[in-house]
Amino acid sequence: MSLGHLQHQATHAEDHAEQKCEMSFPQPKPEVPQLPQNLLRTIDCQQGAVRAVRFNADGNYLLSCGSDKSLKLWSVSRGTLLKTYSGHGYEVLDADGSYDNSQLCSCSSDKTVILWDVATGQVTRKLRGHAGKVNCVQFNEEATVILSGSIDGTVRCWDTRSRKFDPIQILDEAQDGVSSLKVSEHELLTGSVDGRVRRYDLRMGQLHVDFINSPITCVCFSADGQCTLTSSLDSTVRLLDKSTGEMLGEYTGHKMKGYKLDCCLSSKDTHVLSCSEDGHVYCWDLVEGSLMLKLPVGKAVVQSLSFHPSETRLLTAMEGRVQVWGAEPEETEEDVVVVQQEKA
Amino acid sequence: MASDSDSDGDFVTFGTPLEPLEEDEPLRKPVPLHEQTVKDEKGRYQRFHGAFTGGFSAGYFNTVGTKEGWTPATFVSSRQQKAGRQNARPEDFMDEEDLGDHGIAPRQITTTADFASGRKDVIRDKARAITSLSAPIPGDTVLEDLVAPARSSMGVELLRKMGWKDGQGVGPRVKRRLCKQRADSGTRAFVSASPPNGLSGSQDEEDGEFVPENVTFAPKDVTPIDFTPKVDLHGLGYRGLNPLAALRGGPGAGHINLFTMDSDRSNSLFGEDRKGQRRRGGVAGQGFGVGAMEDDDEDIYHRDIMSNYDTVLGGEEPGDGLYGWTAPQQYNRKKKDHSKDAAYLGKILEGFTLASDKLETKTIFPPPNLPRDFRPVHYFRPVVDLSSVSPMVAQALQTSRGHMAQEEPSKGGRHQLDSAQRRELLGEATLQGPSSVFDLLKVEDRERLSGLRRPSSDTSSGPRQPTPGRPEQLCSGCRDSPAAARASAQKALSSRFTPHAEQQQQEALSVWSGPTAQAQTGQTFKPFERTPHKQARYDLYIDQLKQGDRDALELSLDPTMTEWERGRERDEFVRAALLYKPSSSSLSCRFTRGKQDDGVEADTVEVTRDQENDVDDKQAAVKMKMFGKLTRDTFEWHPDNLLCKRFNVPDPYPGSGFVGMPKVKRDKFSVFNFLTVSESPTASASPAPQGVKPSEPGKRSRWDVSGQAGNKERKEKDPVSEFLSVARIEASGSGPEASTTDGPTTDPTVEPDTEQKDEEEEEEESRPSMDLFKAIFASSSDEKSSSSSEGESEEEEEEKEEGVRSKAGTGPQISNQLNVNTTQPAPPVSTTPSQNPDVVFKMPSGPAAAPPPRDQEMEEEEFGPRLPPPSSTLTAERRPSPTPSAKDDKHKKKCKEKHKAKKHGKHKKDKKKKKNKRHKHKGKQKKSSRKEESSDSSSEGSDGNSQEDGEEGGGVSTEELLRRLKGIRGKNLQ
Repeated sequence: MSLGHLQHQATHAEDHAEQKCEMSFPQPKPEVPQLPQNLLRTIDCQQGAVRAVRFNADGNYLLSCGSDKSLKLWSVSRGTLLKTYSGHGYEVLDADGSYDNSQLCSCSSDKTVILWDVATGQVTRKLRGHAGKVNCVQFNEEATVILSGSIDGTVRCWDTRSRKFDPIQILDEAQDGVSSLKVSEHELLTGSVDGRVRRYDLRMGQLHVDFINSPITCVCFSADGQCTLTSSLDSTVRLLDKSTGEMLGEYTGHKMKGYKLDCCLSSKDTHVLSCSEDGHVYCWDLVEGSLMLKLPVGKAVVQSLSFHPSETRLLTAMEGRVQVWGAEPEETEEDVVVVQQEKA
Repeated sequence: MASDSDSDGDFVTFGTPLEPLEEDEPLRKPVPLHEQTVKDEKGRYQRFHGAFTGGFSAGYFNTVGTKEGWTPATFVSSRQQKAGRQNARPEDFMDEEDLGDHGIAPRQITTTADFASGRKDVIRDKARAITSLSAPIPGDTVLEDLVAPARSSMGVELLRKMGWKDGQGVGPRVKRRLCKQRADSGTRAFVSASPPNGLSGSQDEEDGEFVPENVTFAPKDVTPIDFTPKVDLHGLGYRGLNPLAALRGGPGAGHINLFTMDSDRSNSLFGEDRKGQRRRGGVAGQGFGVGAMEDDDEDIYHRDIMSNYDTVLGGEEPGDGLYGWTAPQQYNRKKKDHSKDAAYLGKILEGFTLASDKLETKTIFPPPNLPRDFRPVHYFRPVVDLSSVSPMVAQALQTSRGHMAQEEPSKGGRHQLDSAQRRELLGEATLQGPSSVFDLLKVEDRERLSGLRRPSSDTSSGPRQPTPGRPEQLCSGCRDSPAAARASAQKALSSRFTPHAEQQQQEALSVWSGPTAQAQTGQTFKPFERTPHKQARYDLYIDQLKQGDRDALELSLDPTMTEWERGRERDEFVRAALLYKPSSSSLSCRFTRGKQDDGVEADTVEVTRDQENDVDDKQAAVKMKMFGKLTRDTFEWHPDNLLCKRFNVPDPYPGSGFVGMPKVKRDKFSVFNFLTVSESPTASASPAPQGVKPSEPGKRSRWDVSGQAGNKERKEKDPVSEFLSVARIEASGSGPEASTTDGPTTDPTVEPDTEQKDEEEEEEESRPSMDLFKAIFASSSDEKSSSSSEGESEEEEEEKEEGVRSKAGTGPQISNQLNVNTTQPAPPVSTTPSQNPDVVFKMPSGPAAAPPPRDQEMEEEEFGPRLPPPSSTLTAERRPSPTPSAKDDKHKKKCKEKHKAKKHGKHKKDKKKKKNKRHKHKGKQKKSSRKEESSDSSSEGSDGNSQEDGEEGGGVSTEELLRRLKGIRGKNLQ
């Protein structure tokens, strides 16, 4: 991951250098950000309905959470199954990978959170304590803490370092189930069905509560960490300023009335994406708020989506299938093939 | 598709995997000292012989390095390579241990001589000097030294490379010649710096040499500061006596001033001959007296003159400038100031003097900003002195926390004081107007109430001492006519207890004298555990009941108690006996009691200190899309210390003793916790009388909620709530008298065909917990819909309530309910459904093409946003092609969503109706009733959907569904 990150930075630096060289010329128009509008491949997960699909930290692998109690790890580029993790007692609802790809955590309707060892597929730890099904789970940056939000209205912070089976802390401020949860460096963002987005600032020791008035289905941080994105059951995605709570943007048009669906930001914060109950993924321009793309995924509800951490690549989950979307259709495929050949 | 075994090949494993952690594996014990072992780097055990016998074992059984012994240096000699003389180095005799980090000759990185500064090899030089002395030819090495390359430090080498020459200073070259390159000797420097003829230096330079314009010079070399370390034990600056110099004497020896002041040093630099330096001999110096042989006693003691030093900062001249004025300075100044001030002000009136102290300026504080949700309504709480009422009443009051005077106000802190107490403390006058609900009562009602109170107060031990300053409205009336009051009390009691109590006693008797009760040996439930006497009496009562004694109640009661108290206890016992009758106690043995249930703190509950702002305002703000300040609340929140550590963040509140939000203790069942200031009278007067029964101070179990008989009568036992209800009726003036007097005991069979308000009130009276449920499960608009359903009989309502309860009992909502009961004193905050009516999905009407039965079961508990159902084909485990299945699915979902949307559209009313409906068809299966709901709403919404409804049922059987649909429509039409 770090290597990729470095490369990314390097290209950035080059860009800067170029710009500086061409200072005398009018600056070229910034490239129009590409949208993941081409279907690269479809993975039939064969694990019941896919409740959530997630990229790993570097975006090379994907995790699919199945309603048949299994969690599966796939290669994004080849679409092959790498590992199946079984140990949950009921459908898996969310999963996350650690920064070093050595561990996974997943949560389930069986009220447990499981920490997995990626390579062996063994259960490293099974964390019990939630009183209801666990909706969302997330590692912190260093994978030292697992945070899980449950329908019982609590967020529990589990220590992965110690062998205690009790959570470090229980955040029970939510008055209803916690539907979504994100972690940044020192902040914790939770969305609850009570219509409030809570941001726990560990550094300041403060809790900021933003009232949305509609049950929150998904919350996200923007990549720059200045904004939060919330989608709620009033079929609206809102972009809020993190520090003040003011609304910076409102994105509508999709349909999110009853299901817990995901939303996300593109990797460079240029677009806002949201699942919809009408079988599309809606993609808005972040600044303009205009609908840029209405990606037809299928006919059922698009349940989950995940954006690649650095590239223009999108995962969508509908029913039992996961679809991978990219910016360029053929080229990427060929690239993948080439890469594979090279590897061989 | 790769299988699991294949996929293993895709991983690259680095390092040794840790042993998989066993769940609940016990922690490893530390190895005790005597079992700890030492191994060398090859893994061999090293035995410790003891410090004096060689330390650890080494080598081969303490002998040599290897089994073969020492390895000799191989002898090599050939024609080409003769065995030369081998110089044995010390290292040859060392083993690896000696060369190791902790050995005698550690191999570590050191500075080589080339890079070492000159000082380092002093020792080596010394050694060389010694060897030179002992060399066969003395001075042999001297030559060697001469020839040896000069060793200078790296810095010097570098400087040389850069063009530096010895004697020059370091730095950029300067244009103008500042001064001649000075030699090291101080005298020469002095000569050049200050010539005797007094000419300036520059002139001197110009005189000396011709300086071309374009020549730059290296800067002057700076004499380094001498950092000689202090090694002696003298004081700072003391140089000690040099015996050589002292004894040698003479002017050549120089001065023997041991302290070198600057002035002295300069003197010596100037070469001035001082008298003392012409001393003939002998030891002299500071601290040495003048010897007898000395002819002159000069300045042997160093004297420092204070005039050398500045005593005043800033060069101000000392004194106040008033030369010759001998008065104290302080006085002077004051006088002066006064005169000045007076002059400024002008003439001072006779008899007045100027104030010596300035008047303190009054600081005016701005009025406090009212919080946005502040409403200027004040509720005067009934002031009841605990000492003035009977212990029974006091207890009842305390459990309901009628904000009365406490026995120990100091214990509660200032937050526990009520307004009257605060007023007392502040010494304010009593407020005008009605300060208590009692003032609102009619005279006869008040008398009746005080009559109830009187007998108990009579028996209370010790003379009653009314607290001074506290209004005594309560007993004022009863003093006038004690007899009348007693009579009225008796009447009230008899009217209250007789009819119902009789019936209930019979019931209790029949229950407890049954065979099940007889079989039960130990009584599991002790409702009056907190008051042992009462419990003892209750036990007695139960025992009597078991024996089938008809007079069980009368026998078990304490005859010394007052009539009122006895009546109350009688009723309580009957109720408790009914509630915890054998059947339920056999059930209750399956449950464990809450740990923190009873205790002193049982009356209080911890609530977060910071409460959220008004939700209504926020909703308005959200509607106007004015996110930001209006919708944001910021609270103090304490993260766990360990969590901070894990997040690499400093603890924002180090040393704070708690985590989470700051909590404060509130009364758990205070009437006023549920008194939210709102317009609707029903909401404002919805006391929660749960705390009345001391037997259940904390959470109520499901069982006692459903204990209807007890429920009905409980209400009237709570004096405060009764007072309130009475007061409210009095205030409104519309309440019929009947409902106040025997309202609580109204038969449930009485038709609620009076006016709507009456019904509402009556409902409250008889079932106070309804408000609570409303607060939880419905919004305020629910009130209207309840009024609209006038036609319903009370039975139905009860059913409904039960339904709600049973639902709450199974689903996760029970936690919600408990929340409200225990932790949330402010219902509007916690009325989850009212805020998001669309959240609490009763049961998602799943597609008829059913997911597996387990699914169904789980989904019944579900609330919050749902998960999309897995496609039907998936669950059926056959996937002919994804497209058609998806199509089907979508259809179904669409239908559902439409229902859903409709449900959102008219949430409240529908909800209520649906509830009723559900109970009407209680007999039916739950699943089917759910189906009805959804189809019901759709049919109400638009008939166009009925087609789709039919399709929806495709999975089960279309006919069946249609049949049901029709049935429901028929019912609707009724």
